[in-house]
Amino acid sequence: MAEVVFDQASRIYTPGAKPAVDRLDLTVADGDLVVLVGPSGSGKSTALRMLAGLEPIDAGSVRINGRDVVDVPPKDRDIAMVFQNYALYPSKTVAENMAFPLKMRGMDKEERADRVRQAAEMLGLTEYLDRKPKALSGGQRQRVAMGRAIVREPQVFLMDEPLSNLDAKMRVQTRAQIAEMQNRLAVSTVYVTHDQVEAMTMGDKVAVLADGRLQQYATPPELYDRPANAFVAGFIGSPAMNLLELPRSSTGVTLGGIEIPLPRDISDAAGSRDRLTVGIRPEDWVLESTDSDGGSVIKAVVDVVEELGSESYLYAHLAEDTSTSIVVRGPGRVKVRFGDPIAVRPNSDTLHVFDVESGERLDGQ
Amino acid sequence: MAVTTDTPTDDRSSATDAVQAPRKQRASGANVGFGVIAWVVAILFFFPVFWMVLTSFKTEGDAYTPTPKLFFEPTLEQYEGVFSSGLGPYIANSVAATVLSTVLVLLLGVPAAFALSLRPVRKTSDVLFFFISTKMLPVVAAIVPIYVVVNQIGMLDNIWTLIVLYTGMNLPIAVWMMRSFFLEVPGELLEQASIDGAPLWRTLREIVLPIISPGIFATALICVIFAWNEFFFAVNLTAANAGTVPVFLVGFITSEGLYWAQLSAAATIAALPVVLAGWVAHNKLVQGLSFGAVK
Repeated sequence: MAEVVFDQASRIYTPGAKPAVDRLDLTVADGDLVVLVGPSGSGKSTALRMLAGLEPIDAGSVRINGRDVVDVPPKDRDIAMVFQNYALYPSKTVAENMAFPLKMRGMDKEERADRVRQAAEMLGLTEYLDRKPKALSGGQRQRVAMGRAIVREPQVFLMDEPLSNLDAKMRVQTRAQIAEMQNRLAVSTVYVTHDQVEAMTMGDKVAVLADGRLQQYATPPELYDRPANAFVAGFIGSPAMNLLELPRSSTGVTLGGIEIPLPRDISDAAGSRDRLTVGIRPEDWVLESTDSDGGSVIKAVVDVVEELGSESYLYAHLAEDTSTSIVVRGPGRVKVRFGDPIAVRPNSDTLHVFDVESGERLDGQ
Repeated sequence: MAVTTDTPTDDRSSATDAVQAPRKQRASGANVGFGVIAWVVAILFFFPVFWMVLTSFKTEGDAYTPTPKLFFEPTLEQYEGVFSSGLGPYIANSVAATVLSTVLVLLLGVPAAFALSLRPVRKTSDVLFFFISTKMLPVVAAIVPIYVVVNQIGMLDNIWTLIVLYTGMNLPIAVWMMRSFFLEVPGELLEQASIDGAPLWRTLREIVLPIISPGIFATALICVIFAWNEFFFAVNLTAANAGTVPVFLVGFITSEGLYWAQLSAAATIAALPVVLAGWVAHNKLVQGLSFGAVK
């Protein structure tokens, strides 16, 4: 049980160059599962490795339960880590792999065996205890790696893309297992992934990183509903939010020949800017009849239809401005095909508006 | 929909079949050709060795016939002759020099290779170059200073001189070879071990060494072969006390004249340990460097 704090923590690989992790401020509350998510090179893995003690902390500090761990070696940080490739010891059996950290801590043999047996039961590994990692499937290896972390009963779990070597079905299944297990054990967990679905489904809170900097740290619904900047808006959600750079009009912005009014607070926050980045999620378009009056709907032509059964995504370009593409969520079994015209209207209550230059959210709050 | 997607797949597969069929035939034709060449080359290389072994079982008379004899009455007379002329101590010397130098090379080389691969420091490449650069000077150029030094410290004709020299001779090769095996060990394993709290020597012994044991066997085999076959140091620095098998062989030629059958028997005895070592290590080597840790 522990609180983890990154306090202006930085990692600078080469002096003078851009830091890999730039003044990260992050607090993981006791028992929470926090997901670090971002594209490759965003610094998420580096941040995790700084917490593990595998990367030095060049500036700032990292604290586990109030103790500054900058100069503490990995083994004394009371953490357990699950690596992307599992890092199982190939010459040891499953049981020996799981018992190894306990053995290194001088725990006596019986207690070791006891803990390994419990963890193996929990993870369904009992019948594989005498096997070598070579003789296990990918999913089983992943669980052995989890088991080796669990038996430690550490203060913090660290997980570095633990699901990325599993196939799609296994990943969804294991994702739920990890979340359930973490809830049960209530051990603070820092989880790194590049997959925003994993981040949204598993995290109590999610930290979005890009270019070594924290973009936003919030709960999944907050991240989705109120992205702090255009990067987060585009990163979270699938398919991605439509981000359109639009000219201002007297009451709002202009898109595809129609005026989209902006709520008062956004309009005020936008001030005198003459262009704005407007974000509209695929589900925030309303499909209208193509016969509708030209002044109130945006006409577009469908390029691709992604039929998912319960819903569909229409990739289209505007009839008036063919260089602007949009993604619209439609109902399942949609009758639209490639080349068909559609008419859409954005739901103006759910617009996200950002500064064109800085990408910061504009809403007067 | 299903029909339209199936048809092109079928077309494609039958098209590739049509293309592959003649290619397969051509490939097997080439294979036969390469097979023949391989056999010819192998026989060419093996025949002298075969003839040597064959000759070692002949009488001197049979070995000297103007038309070489393939069929004859085999005899162990030559082997008896070789042993009775005092081969024993030479074999003991060769075994001591080979085994002890190989053990020393591994004791010194494994930690060095570990440090140079998994724990690199700033001057790693310089150190690696230093190791290999010691192999650049021809041995002939080094023998005079070595002889003078060995003579001064009174170590001529002493087996420990050869052990030290063979260790020095094989160490650079061993470090380079083992380093390439160490580089195959995933870094995550070492990081996991450091988080698990394993001290360095335990990480090395319990986690790294089992993974690279085939590599260590390969390295040891190379060291054994080089040390066993070494002739130049041995012939210059040893005499009756510390002489090794290659030295014995040469002495054989000069003292007894050209007795082909007996020389063949001596050479066969000299070659046997290396062949055996290769055969034993071969089983370990083919296990290969297969890791269960990654993916």
